[in-house]
Amino acid sequence: MIRSKEGMSNGKWNKYFVAGLVMTGFAIVLGIVGIFWTPYSTTEMSAAEKFAGPSLGHLFGTDNFGRDIFSRVMQGLGTTISISSLVVLFSGSVGILLGAVTGYFGGLLDEAVMRVTDALNGFPSILLTLVIISVLGSGKQNVIISLGLVFVPSYVRIVRSEFIRLRDMDYIRRARLMGVGKLRILFVHILPNIFSVFWVSVMIGFNNAILAESGMSYLGIGVQPPDASLGKMLSDAQGYLQSAPWYALAPGLTIVWVVLGFSLFGEGIRRWSVSRNG
Amino acid sequence: MKRGFHMKKKLCGLLFTALLTMAVLGGCADGTGESSGDNSSGEPKGSIVVGIQQDIDSLDPHKATAAGTKEILFNIFEGLVKPDENGNLIGAVASDYTISQDGLVYTFTLRENVKFHNGNAVTAEDVKYSLERVSGLLDGTPLISTLSAIQSVDIVDEKTVQVTVGSANTELIYSFVASIIPAGSGESAEANPVGTGPFSFVSYKPLEGIVLAKFADYWQEGLPQVDEVNFKIVNSADTALMELQGGTIDLYAYLTDSQAQALKNSHQVIASPSNVVQALFLNNAVAPLDDVRVRQAILYALDKEQINDFVGGGAGTLISSAMLPTLKENYVDLNDTYGTTANVEKAKELLADAGYADGFDLEIAIPSNYEFHMQTGEVVVEQLKAVGINATIQAMEWGTWLDEVYNGRKYTATISGITCDMTPGYLLNRFQTTSKKNFINFANEAYDALYLKAQETLDLTEKAEYYKQLQKILCDEAGSAFLQVPANMTAINKDLMGYKFYPVYVQDMSTVYFQK
Repeated sequence: MIRSKEGMSNGKWNKYFVAGLVMTGFAIVLGIVGIFWTPYSTTEMSAAEKFAGPSLGHLFGTDNFGRDIFSRVMQGLGTTISISSLVVLFSGSVGILLGAVTGYFGGLLDEAVMRVTDALNGFPSILLTLVIISVLGSGKQNVIISLGLVFVPSYVRIVRSEFIRLRDMDYIRRARLMGVGKLRILFVHILPNIFSVFWVSVMIGFNNAILAESGMSYLGIGVQPPDASLGKMLSDAQGYLQSAPWYALAPGLTIVWVVLGFSLFGEGIRRWSVSRNG
Repeated sequence: MKRGFHMKKKLCGLLFTALLTMAVLGGCADGTGESSGDNSSGEPKGSIVVGIQQDIDSLDPHKATAAGTKEILFNIFEGLVKPDENGNLIGAVASDYTISQDGLVYTFTLRENVKFHNGNAVTAEDVKYSLERVSGLLDGTPLISTLSAIQSVDIVDEKTVQVTVGSANTELIYSFVASIIPAGSGESAEANPVGTGPFSFVSYKPLEGIVLAKFADYWQEGLPQVDEVNFKIVNSADTALMELQGGTIDLYAYLTDSQAQALKNSHQVIASPSNVVQALFLNNAVAPLDDVRVRQAILYALDKEQINDFVGGGAGTLISSAMLPTLKENYVDLNDTYGTTANVEKAKELLADAGYADGFDLEIAIPSNYEFHMQTGEVVVEQLKAVGINATIQAMEWGTWLDEVYNGRKYTATISGITCDMTPGYLLNRFQTTSKKNFINFANEAYDALYLKAQETLDLTEKAEYYKQLQKILCDEAGSAFLQVPANMTAINKDLMGYKFYPVYVQDMSTVYFQK
């Protein structure tokens, strides 16, 4: 009975995990390579090759300036993934810190931080980023800062609730009785036990960051041309949907691919942790 | 339980994928459907929707500065005279005018039966008030700088007004297109604009648009033909394309070449020479562009033919100074000065001379609602890269651009267009050192002196000669990188007839009607 249950879940996380790993791995490698090298220049224009359809020479065809779309997708992936990573890194670490302290100690600080996150959650996230962008101005750094701030509350909440769940467990109580330092309890005794939950939220956060960055670039407030970004390419391609559908399909499907990959990856991690913990 | 949950997740994922794909593909579907549906109904519509690119800066006709605003106000207000579609002046509020021999006294005879939208007839008092308001005689601040030349406005009789100016200027008559508004209504013009034009003001919603209604008592018989005009602000060119295809707007000017191609079959797409001078404007007062060699280097680096080809489908006219080739006698072709294709060596040489052998960073501010300028920007950035100038685009919302770049002059370079009215001097006027509109901070004493001479002379051939010299100074000193006069591609609903193209930046809706 027990064995068959284990076997089933093991088999499942493998599939999700592997599929996610392959998809995201492929995209990440492509993106990282795209930062340093692309088959064609991403900005060089060529009148002769305007709107060339997909071919062996240009895998995804060319755009209205005769630029190779595959190269631009590679560069866009690099931009998108690096922005999303920094956003997750920022919001994740701030989230852990705030969530740990508020969850473990509670009290006035907890109350204050929670009300602030409530307030932040009250705004639609795109509106909030728009406000921040209009104050700071558009551009890569400001996109990272604004998205980072907007995503903090979700991590704070997840980490906090885990800390609240764990802080009164017997092993923590015993650690306290033995006189273990507070910092040690927070980060050595509790933190490792919330990682599976945290990783899932990181994967979801990564997806959200990718979509938000694409959305902002689509609206013209993110990455500025001529730098390639998947969202900006999608918005540029909009006018040529009928004459050059590959222009919109390439960045669109790439976004789908990456987001799907991270979703599967996150699901894989979740199942793995469920099977491990029973 | 568990299994169901997983299924749900899987389904969600699939659905999400499908949705995204549909969002990408969605646009393909709605190409032709709606407009043919409209045709079958057969009932002529009394209301038209015109897509415009930007918000309105002021509803006070004397205070509005943006060309995009003036093109709309043209339907609400009229001056003593107004332009027709051939670029000639015709009488509007005035039926006739005479100019004295020495060019100092203008006598206007007011037209019978011209009424304001509030129902009152136009009197000489209203004309006097309007002219005194714009010329600054009323409160000391001229609202239209050319009309500050007016020294007095006298009412001769009920239907005759005499205007005396300080110095003779053959082009001043074109400035009398300044709107006539009811006496004393200056304060309320912003909230409740009242004019004598073919349409009266109904409502204005910021960021949405402005609605005008047919003015039944308009002095021209039979005009206007439609009951209502809705100028709808469409901020992005992509949205405009979709709205045209969906039939939610009937008319949109200033399309890009590729959009014009996409609409060729479903709409009337008409190319006409615009009266816009598109340029990469360089702030002459900001380092490193304060060095003439750097500005010249930029001019050598640009490939205007390529820009025209990529952005305008080759339909634009290349220029090298601030004058429309259509103003024939006054135009001089200076395209050989820097060439119309890139001269990279020459540009690098000049940059090295100026101490920028390694190039420099250049931020180009562009109003993001103008797809045409944004695309030009991308090409320009690429061309400047070839000579080592690291240019970046700073997309700006239109209002911010107007505040910071055009009025505030806090920028290094920008891509935009300046419009010309019917006077050749209009485009050159703004580059005088002290001009309020000299947003590139062009400062050249010889230019200022020559412009004054051009203004003073009453001989048109001599004047044209001065204008040509002015263009040459502006070009040699590399005041800015003048690129092209883009062709104006306008898409019009197939059922809409009677749209007139003006050589000036206006949208005349009074003659438009729906066939059937």
